Amino acid sequence: MQKISPPWEIKRSLTVKAEEETNPRFGHKPEERPIQDHIKFGIINLDKPAGPSSHEVTAWVKRILSLKGAGHGGTLEA
Amino acid sequence: MTGVLPIGLEEATKIIQALLLAGKEYICVMKLHSQISEDRIKAVLNEFHGTIYQRPPVRASVKRRLRTRKIYYVDFLEINGRNVLFKVGCEAGTYIRKLCYDIGEVLGCGAHMQELRRTRVGPFVEDEGLVTLHDVSYMFAQWQETNDESLLRRFIYPMEKSLELLPKIYIRDSAVNALCHGAHLAAPGVLSLDTKIKPNDVVAVFTQKGEAVALSKALVSTENILEMDHGLVAKTQRVLMPRGVYPKMWRGGL
Repeated sequence: MQKISPPWEIKRSLTVKAEEETNPRFGHKPEERPIQDHIKFGIINLDKPAGPSSHEVTAWVKRILSLKGAGHGGTLEA
Repeated sequence: MTGVLPIGLEEATKIIQALLLAGKEYICVMKLHSQISEDRIKAVLNEFHGTIYQRPPVRASVKRRLRTRKIYYVDFLEINGRNVLFKVGCEAGTYIRKLCYDIGEVLGCGAHMQELRRTRVGPFVEDEGLVTLHDVSYMFAQWQETNDESLLRRFIYPMEKSLELLPKIYIRDSAVNALCHGAHLAAPGVLSLDTKIKPNDVVAVFTQKGEAVALSKALVSTENILEMDHGLVAKTQRVLMPRGVYPKMWRGGL
């Protein structure tokens, strides 16, 4: 069978169509968000414990971080 | 521990969709139902490279009809008696339990999945920033007690990380808020973009500061976008940025 390369090995490159400066008054670079926003727009790479469901674990994370919401990236056996 | 499970917090919940469709990698222990030589196992694993047909297992959350899935690699790691350890990189929606069963059928002896750990979900891997529930609880308490945010900065990633593997389009400040209201992206709003975008590709749209604005579906190729001076280039599918972060720049309406 032919080999298909995984998406994480694909190299991409940018090409420019037009140039413009961004206005520093609006928004933040993702790594420079105020800490409350950093959490709100954040994602954690969790090592899920065996046993409880992804749904349950997500609810725990939500409670630990006192968040309004949280969602997970797929169950192990979707 | 069953491995990588990215969790989106609050606003980042929306970005999870991109990860559900992302490629995955697993490390798996498969139990053979009789003794088989290492060479034979390696040969059979090799047959599972490429596009395979798979019928979802009895206990599945999708309709059980035959579908194709891409297997990027199946790497044999170790054998111990009847237990075979291997690593597999695959498309979203591949059932590893079923893959083991099918490998067992081809081997002729039968096999089942004994243990499974996920080692990658799109750009998230197990050897980079993986945290346990205890770690999460500790870093949050640390911040609350000492006001030191360094652990939170280190182990909570900006949601944009989830989009690392997707083709990207960067847009003008003036186009941002329109997209946040659900408008589609038109050619004049585009500043730069990845090469090799094809129609129907899922693309991530960013501000010049690198903030995620939306997940979109490309309507035309990179070459076309570069030449166009008007017309739509990408259809907004999922808005990721709240409205009003950037000012409203379009005319008319209320």
